[in-house]
This record gives sequence, C-alpha cells and structure tokens, in this order.
Amino acid sequence: MINITIDNKPLQVEKGITILKAARAAGVEIPTLCYYELDGIILENRPGGCRICVVEVEGRRNLAPACATEVMEGMKINTHSLRVVNARRTVLEMILSDHPADCLICPKSGNCELQDLAQRLGVREIPYQGEQSTYRKDTSRAIIRDIDKCVMCRRCETVCNVWQTVGALSAVNRGFEAVVAPAFEQDLEKSPCTYCGQCIMACPVGALSEVDNTRQVITAISNPKKTVIVQTAPAVRVALGEEFGYEPGTIVTGKMAAALRKIGFDYVFDTDFAADLTIMEEGTELLTRISKFMAGDKNVKLPILTSCCPGWVNFFETNYPDMLDVPSTAKSPQQMFGAVAKNYWADKLGIKREDMVVVSIMPCVAKKFECSRDEFKENGNPDVDFALTTRELAELIRQFNIDFESLEEADFDKPLGESTGAAVIFGATGGVIEAATRTAYEIFTKKSLPKIDFEELRGLEGVRKATVDFDGTPIHIGIAHGLANARKLLDEVRTGKSNFHAIEVMACPGGCIGGAGQPFHHGDFSIIEKRFAAIYREDAGKAIRKSHENPFITALYKDWLVEPCGEISHHLLHTHYFDKSKHIEVEG
Amino acid sequence: MAKVKLAESKINKIKEICANFGNLPGEAINVLHKVQGEFGYLPAEVQEVVAHELNVSVAHIYGIVTFYSFFTMLPKGEHPISVCTGTACYVRGAEKVLDEFKRELKIAVGETTADGKFSISCLRCVGACGLAPVVLIGEKVYGRVTPDGVKDILNEYRNA
Repeated sequence: MINITIDNKPLQVEKGITILKAARAAGVEIPTLCYYELDGIILENRPGGCRICVVEVEGRRNLAPACATEVMEGMKINTHSLRVVNARRTVLEMILSDHPADCLICPKSGNCELQDLAQRLGVREIPYQGEQSTYRKDTSRAIIRDIDKCVMCRRCETVCNVWQTVGALSAVNRGFEAVVAPAFEQDLEKSPCTYCGQCIMACPVGALSEVDNTRQVITAISNPKKTVIVQTAPAVRVALGEEFGYEPGTIVTGKMAAALRKIGFDYVFDTDFAADLTIMEEGTELLTRISKFMAGDKNVKLPILTSCCPGWVNFFETNYPDMLDVPSTAKSPQQMFGAVAKNYWADKLGIKREDMVVVSIMPCVAKKFECSRDEFKENGNPDVDFALTTRELAELIRQFNIDFESLEEADFDKPLGESTGAAVIFGATGGVIEAATRTAYEIFTKKSLPKIDFEELRGLEGVRKATVDFDGTPIHIGIAHGLANARKLLDEVRTGKSNFHAIEVMACPGGCIGGAGQPFHHGDFSIIEKRFAAIYREDAGKAIRKSHENPFITALYKDWLVEPCGEISHHLLHTHYFDKSKHIEVEG
Repeated sequence: MAKVKLAESKINKIKEICANFGNLPGEAINVLHKVQGEFGYLPAEVQEVVAHELNVSVAHIYGIVTFYSFFTMLPKGEHPISVCTGTACYVRGAEKVLDEFKRELKIAVGETTADGKFSISCLRCVGACGLAPVVLIGEKVYGRVTPDGVKDILNEYRNA
C-alpha cells in the first residue's frame, strides 16, 4: 500500500493502480469518455486518448490522464482544480466541435455519454467552428455505423478484437481522416463481423447503433389483414424493467406480456416455449451422438456445440469452416418459434403464412441478422419477420403511452406461450447446457433427477468446465461466454485435445442477459450479475422445470411433430451451416 | 466463402518474409516494409495473406498500412519521385518544386502516371537538410532542386 492524497483527502491505496481507480474507490468521480471497463470479464479500454479524465498532480508540469497514470508514493492529486476544470472543458468543446449536434433524432439520445458530459460540464455553446469530419453511413442488416458521430474512443475496437477476437474493426488512416472501420473500409457485411453488437453496447455515442425495426412492426399491427404474433426471449424479462426505473434484476414477465397485448399484438407468445422445443431437439441430438460415439461409430463427431446464439453461429462459420459438422443442427429458439408459428399455428388459424407477421423481442442485435438469413425463408417469406431489441420494445411501450408500472400482470397466450424453468435459463451463460442436461439425464438414465439445479454449470467465469454424472457415465461439459473464450475451447477441439461431450457458447458477457439489445449498462457489470441472479430466480419459481415435462411440448409432438429429430423436425427445426471464411487461393 | 486470389510465387514470397520474422504479430510493420519492398505496393490481396500468416485480422493490417505514410496500396511508378517536405526543405521552397512535378506530370500526390513511369509522393526529411530542398527519384538523391530544374530531372528518365 502507498500513501497519496486526492482532493486533500489522505488515502492508502494499492500500488500499481491508476489514479482513476484510486479516486473511484475513494468515492471521487472523475469524468471519463474513452475509458471503458467491464470488471466482471476483465475487459479494459484505456487508450488515454480523449483527455477528459485529466487531473493535476502536484509537481508535474502537465496534466495527467487519470485512466492511464499509476499512483506513486506521496502523490498529491487534484481532480477538480481550476486548471483541470478549464482544461477539461476545452477538451470537451474541441471534441464537440467535430460532432454533429443532432441529439434530437440520435438513437443514442438519453443514453449518450458525450451528451451527459456536455450537461455535466455545462457546455452551452461550442466556441470552435471548423471543418467537421464526414464519412459514409454503413447500414448492415443489424448494425448501423454512423461514423460522423465517432469520438475515436476505440472502445468498439477493443471489444471486437480483445473480448470477441472477431477482428472486424480497426482504427484506420491518421489524423483528421482517422476512423474505426473494417479492412479496406468495406461495409460491415463484407467483414468478419458476427453482429454480436457488443460494439454498440460499448459505444459512448451514437456512432454504432442497431437497425430500428419499430416502424415496420407498427405498420404490420396497423394492417387489419395481418395476424401479428410476438415472441419474447428469456433474457428480456429480467432487463426490460430497467428502462422504466426498476432495479436491475427485477422480473417483469407479467407486465411485459400485458404491455405487448396493449400495443396490439394478436397473440403474445413466448420464445421460452421454443426453448423447450430446442431442448427436445438438441438434447435428443446430443444423446444420439453420444450413444453412437460410445458404440464406436467413427462418423460421429463430439463434442456437440450449442447453436442458439446467432453471433456464435456467425463466428464459427467464419473462423471454423472445417468444423461445420460439429455444432448442433438445431435452429435457435427464435427460428424454431418462427417455423412453428408460420407452419403449425398459421395452419391452425387457417391463414396463409404471408398473412402472418412474426415479431420477436430479443436481448440481441445478431437476431436481426439471423432472421434475415435465406435458409429461414420460404419463397422469400421469413419465418421471423422482425427482431426487435429489448430497447426497441421499451421505445414502443413509451410510444404507446403505456404506464408500465401500473400494468396488471398478464399471462402469455396458449399454446405457444407455455414454458418451463429450463427455458428461462437459456438467458444466462450455462443455462442452455443445464436445461439440456436436465432433459438428457432423464432420457438417458430413465431415472428422475435427484436434484434439478446443476450448480456446477453456473457462474460468470469466462470458461467453465464440469463433469456431470449420468448415473455412472461421466459427461464432460464445457461452457464459454465471449467469443475469445469460445475460441480457446474451439481450438482445443480442432487440435483433438478436447474431451468434451458438449460445449455451450454464448457470444455476449453473461450470455443473453448481457446481450447488445439490452438496456445499456455503461460498463457496470453488477447490472449483468443482477440479471443473472434474476434468471435463476425465475427458473426456481416455475412449477415445471424440465423441458420434456412441458405439456404443450408433449402435445405439439403428439399433434404434429411426431418425434424429436423426426422427419418434420428435420425439415422445419434443423438447419445447416455455411463456410463464410476467406480462402487464399492460387490465381489462374 | 470468399476467395482471395494471388499468384503462387507471390503467396510463397509473402510466406517466406513472414516466416523470416517468425510469423510474429509484433513484426507486422517490418513484414509490411519488406513485402512492399518486394512488390512496390501493398494491394488488398497481399494484406490478406500477411494477416493470415501473422494470425491477425486484416482490419489490423489495413490499419497499419493506412497509418504510416510510407505504405501505399497503389502501385508506384517505374521511377518513384519522393519530394521531401520536411521543415528545412519546406522553408527552402519544396512546395513549389512539388507543384512543378505535379504540373509537369499532371498527377496528384499519391498517384501514378498513365504510362506507369512516374509516381509522386511526399516524405519528411531524408537527413540531407544541407541540400534542401531534396528530391529522391528511386534511390538517387537530387539536392537544391528548383522548379526550373524539374523538367531537366524528368528528362533524364523520360528518354531512358
């Protein structure tokens, strides 16, 4: 420990930490802009470039950036001296002089850290008028890059390269021309981008945002000829409340269902139903593969990889094209729901699939890309028409002037709204594999589970390994969240060093609860932890907690699908993957 | 699946250069320097191969190529002209010399003439400030260049 003073307050702090961390621990808030941290997953971006966090250190000629300066014995730091306040203001005014002032219609308005800074520092005019850097807008199917708004904090670059190892973005060019862009400044759609959207989550301003589909949804609801169906992903219900002032981790399932009905959806269903269905299909596939493998079938590949996460699917299609037969062929719950809705449910209602619009509410940005994939369309008509983020749903609720707090809790519609606790935990890292284990165990051993909770599969560590005892048969399970962590497990599989039977991967920190479509957490990892706890609370409160015990799932197989991994399932609930890598080939 | 096509000899040359630097990501600048020395410029396909060999993203390589003014993605002319615009040369009239080259060749900085003979680029200080303003054509150094002398210099190469 060393002795320092911050704003005349004597402190004992750990050696080697930054002034910023020492100040925050002492309750002194130094404003930052480029700095970004998610301590729960050890991710830090501190290029020291924006100069907003400068402080005065006694005896030093220049002001020091607090985020990149380590404390030293006897250091006397002043975080808000007159010199600091003036310098910080000048720095901010210069940043603002090259930033479009279109806050009124900016998608980040209200959640923008630059806007907050301008408010906090009381900037009322921008004294520097000069040239502004401009760049073309890049609109992909899920993410919009509006680089005019970029402040070059490079948080997105760090997230994309360090946490995700996707490598879609890099700072390119220099000086006034510098931007963060894909290679050769091509569009995102031509880059290895997975659309995980963590760059949007990290962006302090509106330079990165999701494609907004709320207008199209309102148009669909307004059309009397269309039957509009909505499904909601597990992770949405533990985060949506934050948009309406609730504590992170508040479960708002009932209010959400009520709000969706008020907005005017004809049927309010639940992606959780499809998650139970996913377990039936993926669990059966897992057991079949394990049984064949144990019987010595050399054509069977293990481990099986989960395939629910669209960011993850995009990642392995780009980076592991040699292993496309390893992931489960089961579609994601969103797409399973779409296939059931547009085939089974449309048939039940006696309407054509073209007259049905399926909307999903997702904690995810990559789901927008997933539902646009050609293989999930029939004659050009997609199984899921629009995927909205949790934030877009909140926007709709506000547009329709729904008083969220006073809403009476409501239930989902039947039959595609019934689900089990196993489905809810899909929203957290480790949840899919725990849900699959609950079902696979009982089918494999033909015994009832002694304990439903698999604590060994839970947690927020980046890579987790566990062995589950299937009544004498050890089943090795790997879990990763974040694509850098997934890469570690995948490289083990590729080199044959892996002994896993099954691996679950989620692209986002904490799983879907930390998805890029969720309310902004601005780097506060405790918010993700609270959502994480809420997911398991929701599970524990469910009467039925194993997917194969969902009576509506049983009925669906009886009524229509016949059996898991059967012919109809094969056609409608399973998919295949594509090689999206770049191949270097000899010319000619 | 997207394909990156390049002649086999070029792929092998790049692989050799990368291997000489241990395929280390930290050697990216040195690798690019050598590769550009080999091919004269760094087209997209070449950057793809370098990224692949060093196991870094193409975006990262492109970031380096566009950051350092030494690197170029456009093929240089047979006789690359580099006008020093460092402080000493600048105050001694480098800009006028540069303008004269641009006017004479009808190309801008960073461009190559249609016949592929000349290209113009700027650099900052070759360490021969005593000779300012300095112009390099290929490896040859010309000192105390004046706008009037530009034509004569070019003629040395035009008829060559």
